[in-house]
Amino acid sequence: MSTTTALSQNPKAVNFLLAGVGGQGAILASNVLAELGIALGFDVKQAEIHGMSQRGGSVTSQVRWSDHVYSPTIPPGEADFLIAFEKSEAVRFIHHLKPSGILLVNNHAIVPVTVTSGAEAYPLHEEIQQELNGYTNNIVWIEGVVEARKAGNVKSSNVVMLGALSKFFKYPSNTWLSVLEQRVPARYIDINIKAFEAGRNLIQN
Amino acid sequence: MKRLLSGNEAVAQGAWEASVKVASAYPGTPSTEILETLAPYPNVYAEWAPNEKVALDSAIGAAYAGRRALCTMKHVGVNVAADSLFYVAMTGSEAGLVIVSADDPSMHSSQNEQDNRQFARFTRIPCLEPADSQEAKDMTIAAFELSEQFDTPVLLRLTTRVCHTSAPVEVFPDQKTHPPIPDKYPRNPNKYVMIPANARIHHPIIEKRIRKLADYAESSPLNIAEIRSLELGIVTSGIAYQYAREVFPDASVLKLGMVYPLPEKLIQDFASEVKNLIVLKELDPFIEEQLRLMGIKLYVPKDAEKAYRPGSKSIFPLCGELNPVVVRTSAEAAGLLPPALTTPSAPSQLKIPNRPPMLCPGCPHRATFYNLRKMKWPVAGDIGCYALGVVPPLSAIHTCGCMGAGIGVAHGAAVAGDTEQHVAVIGDSTFFHTGIPALMNVAYNQSNVITIIMDNRITGMTGHQQNPGTGKTLQQKDTIEVNIEAMVHAMGIQEVKTVNAFSVKEVSDTLKSWKDLDKPAVLITKGECALLPNARKGWMPLRIDSTKCIGCDICIRTGCPALRKSDLIHEKNGRHLTEIDPQQCTGCEVCAQVCPQNAILFREQVLAELSIDQEVN
Repeated sequence: MSTTTALSQNPKAVNFLLAGVGGQGAILASNVLAELGIALGFDVKQAEIHGMSQRGGSVTSQVRWSDHVYSPTIPPGEADFLIAFEKSEAVRFIHHLKPSGILLVNNHAIVPVTVTSGAEAYPLHEEIQQELNGYTNNIVWIEGVVEARKAGNVKSSNVVMLGALSKFFKYPSNTWLSVLEQRVPARYIDINIKAFEAGRNLIQN
Repeated sequence: MKRLLSGNEAVAQGAWEASVKVASAYPGTPSTEILETLAPYPNVYAEWAPNEKVALDSAIGAAYAGRRALCTMKHVGVNVAADSLFYVAMTGSEAGLVIVSADDPSMHSSQNEQDNRQFARFTRIPCLEPADSQEAKDMTIAAFELSEQFDTPVLLRLTTRVCHTSAPVEVFPDQKTHPPIPDKYPRNPNKYVMIPANARIHHPIIEKRIRKLADYAESSPLNIAEIRSLELGIVTSGIAYQYAREVFPDASVLKLGMVYPLPEKLIQDFASEVKNLIVLKELDPFIEEQLRLMGIKLYVPKDAEKAYRPGSKSIFPLCGELNPVVVRTSAEAAGLLPPALTTPSAPSQLKIPNRPPMLCPGCPHRATFYNLRKMKWPVAGDIGCYALGVVPPLSAIHTCGCMGAGIGVAHGAAVAGDTEQHVAVIGDSTFFHTGIPALMNVAYNQSNVITIIMDNRITGMTGHQQNPGTGKTLQQKDTIEVNIEAMVHAMGIQEVKTVNAFSVKEVSDTLKSWKDLDKPAVLITKGECALLPNARKGWMPLRIDSTKCIGCDICIRTGCPALRKSDLIHEKNGRHLTEIDPQQCTGCEVCAQVCPQNAILFREQVLAELSIDQEVN
């Protein structure tokens, strides 16, 4: 899809919901979004849940930008962006997206032990697609793992997603990268810049 | 300068700016990051204590010695520390003492959602409740000042959403001046020795103190009346303030930064200004009940079902954390807001697999639970990662209540005459926390409980904190390692054995040899948490030989997330063969040990294969 459905040039308030599985880097991505919001002059809140959810569970993080953010959590149906690092997690949280909101979903499945042990089933890709399409027309599928591997580290798919997301805003690449560079270890900066640009190039103007 | 800080990080920053000298804690979600953040700051001593009571006594000792002190814990930690909290509420201290209780509404990582504002009323100490990170910092500093001004410990009550939400905070690079430190340790037995004669004198003093604090609350900058529309007035505090502003942007709000004691006149004045008055708070009707006792008239909801009953709340739920949706729907039901014009989308009905928390691949607890499940003995669990031994397919734990409970619960069943072999499992850190007195009881009263101390060399569930068994302090100094086996021997327990936690057979043989023994026995299963940096270095994925696997699923019963069904099907029995996810497998070999077909290659076999490959290539 093109970015014609993107937010206006200077959004007044943006709600990001990030969903994935423990270890996918959802928290790092949300840290970047929070710092970016501050750099852009917004009030910001970033909420996450730690604890048992870290161990193979689904992980969510929420970032809100506004002139004054009150609730740290986004009410269901009010997320402008749902950034799903795993495709079944996109389904789990899709109802949080605004009708006009945008879903960025990593075309990647992490199959939980409930499925490998035979107790539950992982839905077919077509089922997931059909289900998500029922909620919104603004869906961007991203080959995050493929692009991350090309960039040099399969774990950088979170940054590929950020790169794709960046195309929906009019802020220049460098604004994002300067925040990103402060949040990743020095030895991984080059890989992360590559991953970011790869994600950015996936989205047409 | 503004920095993005979580509520926990902001408390640490505030304590440092307030020149805190000593901080002591036992880790517990959602409080853990406070001390982790504070520990590297200069000019502060910060420690992990074995439990919250010890931590509080340590902080009290520092405050008695005239040094500002901080003690942090999760809500249930206050139960452990309560005895100390009550005496220090009576004595006060020489320098500021701040106790942080991080409550967990909705029980994201806890066994209950107790509302610890109740402890403030119970012990007659003031309670502050920040609504965001900036306030968390500011109120930490204010708490030290209040503590000294009124000679009282101060409870700083956080909730998960404040602890783990990050927001911009104004930080300063300099510390405030600490009150003068006494030249010599103060000796004031009338104040600090709570024998009955002194305690009787102190009780009226603290009752008077709480009345003075209530007077202070009337004009404290911590309590703010925000007057907007007079149609609706909301008394609120903490995170609920944010929901009040989000859902009722036009309403007047009385925001209480100090939730105990309450400013009665301020509340009366606010109530008299607005047409309808409600209280918006999570969990207990702590404020609502006090307002009713003050005779303040609260809005009566339209819904008769919601009529007020003592102990209940009239509009908002008692259970679980609030959020803007819960607040809005409760307000709609009560007739405070018109019904929403649009209903948000319903969650998807497509069946998505659950992702329950599991023992990680390579977890040193797995072999023990695999054995316990096979033995079918009743197992009393405890608080820590190993509580996940309850999750299928391991399904090996039958009780788990609070820190240190398991050994006592197993002992109780044994002395009650139940004839099954009772087992308690407890981690190293939890054993140090409250397991030691319980095991001493087993030893002293000679029940035939088998206690398994699962020593994974770290405090795991809260994210790898050092403890008395690890040889490092919170501030990364080298120190002693408590010798668990020697300690158990010293209790007079004769049957004690330390085994390799990853050896299915060693664990099994030892447990079987102790069945129906007429005295206590202790098994220490020693094996590093697979996520520790040193353990990670040794990760090496194993492989399943598909020509040998018959798809019997016995390995899957170890509950390892790295094992999965492959698309390959066994020729004869039609079952799916098992495969190992090389991204997840650490090479712990538990599955290889239990495979009856010898289809799973051990590390040595995998290495041998690799070297053959290399020779061929």
